[in-house]
Amino acid sequence: MNEKREMIRVEKLNKSFGDLHVLKDIDLEVKESDVVVLIGASGSGKSTLLRCLNFLEIKDNGTVILEGEKIEKETHNLNKVREKVGMVFQHFNLFPHKTVLGNVIEAPTQVKGVEKKKAIEEGKSLLDKVGLSDKYDVYPSKLSGGQKQRVAIARALAMKPDVMLFDEPTSALDPELVGEVLLTMKELAKEGMTMVVVTHEMGFAKEVADWVVYMHDGKIVEYGHPSEMFENPKEERTKAFLNSVL
Amino acid sequence: MGKILHFFDVFINSIDIFVEGLWITLKLSVVSLLIAIVIGLFFAILKISNIKVLKWIADAYIWLVRGTPLVVQIFILFYGLTDILLIPMFWAGVAGLAFHSGAYIAEIIRGAIQSIDKGQAEAARSLGMTKGLSMRRIILPQAFRRAVPALGNQFIIGIKDSSLVSFIGMQELFGVASTMGSNTFDFLPYYITVAVYYLLIVLVLTFAVNKLEKRLAASD
Ligand SMILES: Nc1ncnc2c1ncn2[C@@H]1O[C@H](COP(=O)(O)OP(=O)(O)OP(=O)(O)O)[C@@H](O)[C@H]1O
Ligand SMILES: [Mg+2]
Repeated sequence: MNEKREMIRVEKLNKSFGDLHVLKDIDLEVKESDVVVLIGASGSGKSTLLRCLNFLEIKDNGTVILEGEKIEKETHNLNKVREKVGMVFQHFNLFPHKTVLGNVIEAPTQVKGVEKKKAIEEGKSLLDKVGLSDKYDVYPSKLSGGQKQRVAIARALAMKPDVMLFDEPTSALDPELVGEVLLTMKELAKEGMTMVVVTHEMGFAKEVADWVVYMHDGKIVEYGHPSEMFENPKEERTKAFLNSVL
Repeated sequence: MGKILHFFDVFINSIDIFVEGLWITLKLSVVSLLIAIVIGLFFAILKISNIKVLKWIADAYIWLVRGTPLVVQIFILFYGLTDILLIPMFWAGVAGLAFHSGAYIAEIIRGAIQSIDKGQAEAARSLGMTKGLSMRRIILPQAFRRAVPALGNQFIIGIKDSSLVSFIGMQELFGVASTMGSNTFDFLPYYITVAVYYLLIVLVLTFAVNKLEKRLAASD
């Protein structure tokens, strides 16, 4: 357990939007191939924390260490950093003017300069993996929500990231489509991908998470293994929140 | 009745010369539209940049164009370019029209860029794309599609506006009509003739833009 490499380390992270102090002294540690699930009420800062991890939001102060390296916008090319941290969004954000395969090969070819033929080969195998081998040439508008999200996962994986961030990946889906996306994520977890997942799917958290982190009002109130967290949470706030969602 | 027959006479007998004018009108309009799109794209990007000075430059340009009549712009550019820089008349006309349409197209493109869901840029950035790459590969292709109806409309306006370059002596459609009118003192039939040409161009163009719009909508 202790030998696992540290992938993400956050220390005393603070972030405000104007007067609104959204993240307050956040500390977080994610080890290689860990699955960390972030839970908490709406507005508690889960998305903002996630976005600070791939620098879509820039922290005000504190430290973000990725794979042992302290990342600062002054000293690092954040574009390069983002290549290593994939992200999946609630609303998929597929590129509507590109086909499914086009979505998946876009970043490898344009950002990494991977040869198109090779990118297509790898892209197809990723799409096969998420169960979309019959959809290569289809435009996103022709897909169901669950299929769109699986394309989005394949698109992020195409950059061969070391960490994957998921921001409520199933919240925009019809209930009957949630399962297929969770299944894809479970497989990814099984393969050893390091994942930080914001979700309201407590079943997924119980089954897949190594750690559950409960956020309230910009702070991490409690964290622990899912069994501890769900069976007997220590903090009153955590209890109240879990009662409201379970 | 006689007047109507006379109009048809004029129309038919002047086809050759009007077709020459039509050709110049089309060349002027297409070339100036293409240049205006480049100008418009440039100023649209200045306008959405985070750098104040660049925004001001774009605002100043748009203010200049909106704040003065097109004829005045054409005359200033014509005398400026042909007298001082010795640029041929056709290109002076193109410059005037492009300078003018560019401001409107800048606003069209800016609006289209800003109408693209922010999640698109976020997804692109999260994949490691630079701002420029995300703009070029992800945002602009979608913005241009969205702007097709407005750009088509601006092109139609541009074609009609191109009649003003007859005042600097260009023999495009309206120039031909004016010349023929003054040569024969038979103004009305020539002006009606030229109106028919404009109507036909706009008709064809409206049809083409609608078709293009439908095609793009289908692939969306
Ligand atoms: N770009 C922004 N500008 C201003 N305020 C913001 C911005 N992004 C988030 N906020 C605010 O920060 C707070 C935390 O938002 P965040 O999206 O991180 O919460 P969340 O826990 O993800 O909530 P949800 O479950 O609703 O997604 C909210 O009050 C939100 O309104
Ligand atoms: Mg959120």
